[in-house]
Amino acid sequence: MAEAESPVTPSEASLPVRVYRHRLPVRIWHWANAVTLLVLLMSGLMIFNAHPRLYWGQYGANPDYAWFAVGSTPKTGFLRVGATRIETTGVLGRWTDANGKSQTWAFPGWATIPTTYSLADGRRWHFLFAWVLAISLTLFMLWSLIGGHLKRDLHVRRGEWSLRHIWQDVKDHARLRLPAGEAAARYNILQKLSYIGVIFVLLPLMIATGLTMSPGMNASMPWLLDLFGGRQSARSIHFLAAWALIAFFLVHIAMVLLAGPVNEIRSMMTGWFRLRPEKGERA
Amino acid sequence: MSDILIPRRQLFARTGCLVAAAGALPLLSGCDAINGAPAVRKILSMGEEMNRASQRALMDRDALAREFSRADLSPIFRSNGTKLPPGDDYAAHAANGFVDWRVQVTGLVARPLSLSLADVRAMPQRTQITRHDCVEGWSAIGQWTGPRLGRILAAAGVRDSARYIVFRCADRIGGDLYYESCDMVDALHPQTIMAWALNDAVLPIANGAPLRLRIERQLGYKHAKYVNAIEAVASLDAIGEGKGGYWEDRIDYEWYAGI
Repeated sequence: MAEAESPVTPSEASLPVRVYRHRLPVRIWHWANAVTLLVLLMSGLMIFNAHPRLYWGQYGANPDYAWFAVGSTPKTGFLRVGATRIETTGVLGRWTDANGKSQTWAFPGWATIPTTYSLADGRRWHFLFAWVLAISLTLFMLWSLIGGHLKRDLHVRRGEWSLRHIWQDVKDHARLRLPAGEAAARYNILQKLSYIGVIFVLLPLMIATGLTMSPGMNASMPWLLDLFGGRQSARSIHFLAAWALIAFFLVHIAMVLLAGPVNEIRSMMTGWFRLRPEKGERA
Repeated sequence: MSDILIPRRQLFARTGCLVAAAGALPLLSGCDAINGAPAVRKILSMGEEMNRASQRALMDRDALAREFSRADLSPIFRSNGTKLPPGDDYAAHAANGFVDWRVQVTGLVARPLSLSLADVRAMPQRTQITRHDCVEGWSAIGQWTGPRLGRILAAAGVRDSARYIVFRCADRIGGDLYYESCDMVDALHPQTIMAWALNDAVLPIANGAPLRLRIERQLGYKHAKYVNAIEAVASLDAIGEGKGGYWEDRIDYEWYAGI
């Protein structure tokens, strides 16, 4: 599947072999997406700050029960999930801004766009980049389908679906036993599942729940409300899915660092990936 | 190409710090400068343009906002913005049960009107249970009663040259009177009403007594409260700073608030 740059096969190589691992559309989308999702997250936290409470159902406002809330007391900040209250003074609900002033917005200035409270500006950034996300995701999905990326790189093969195979991969990841040699050029099963989950589940879910919060879209696509159980449920799901994306990002970064960050990042910029020799072949 | 092998652990630490430092610093200080630049603000407003164009293209002119049942009503309907308009004039109206309140219908109309609340209530009424969505993120469901704005405009004989309807309000925020506007698509929408009742009772002061706009496919700040004049205009340029509404002119809220 990977085109070797030279005719040497990994087994006879004394030097590492380079393979062309990421095609240009993958690289462009990857980096465009990295910037887009960062802007969407930070402007989204600004929008959340305008009303740091989440509800289930069609409606939800201050007099109604919030299953999730960030709040403050005269001296502290806290996060409440259901009946569980967590003190978050300094980070959430009460924090100190760059001028040393105590603020009671939910998320601190370093996490939001812009850094000082402006719902209007947060919305401007959020909606422009929401368009970038939706258009680039659509183009990437189409290219993946037509260009063979889906079939060649993401398609889960029959043998990979076996629980034994998946469990083996979980164990390998847990022991940080990462694939070397030619196997490292292909996505393993956990990688495939997480990329499929992000591209085909989480990102479309973000877009759909985002649209469900729009009163205009509710009028033209009322089924969105039924799909997610109401505007406030959609808002909660939007928030939870954003944190699922953050979780993906953290694991993604950890794996890049563990697998060799220079080689990994370079391959996402130039496309060329250098295969590490397999055990016992190290010169 | 160099093939120098750096121990992985060392690289981990080194790259980790670099990525963290390089990523965080310029972002924090740079974002607000970028946010304020006029060229950037112009680009940012493209999102609003695209939202409006695509929603208008996707949405049927008369596509209805969802209507709910009485079982779905919010137990308490939250109010926001002005809760009590300041000034003796409004206080006198309130003390008097708003019997002397007048709504002027002016601008590009054949027959300017001055409607009393009795006139408004004598028109054919529409009652709808809809969801109110604040730009801040919360929602409340309430039942609204009032005549369609389209009927009022028809009674005044709105001219074809009218492209926008402007709503003048009796409440002041920071010393300035509130105002809002919408295009003719939303003005003539079947669910766009001038409501004088909420949940089968006379509209409370906090919710805009005696008369407020319901414009159900847009966010809460478009739903002008304490309305005392309805004006048909060809352009929004001469209204406030020209962006069509109190918050639009002051803090750059979107004029099209369908999302």
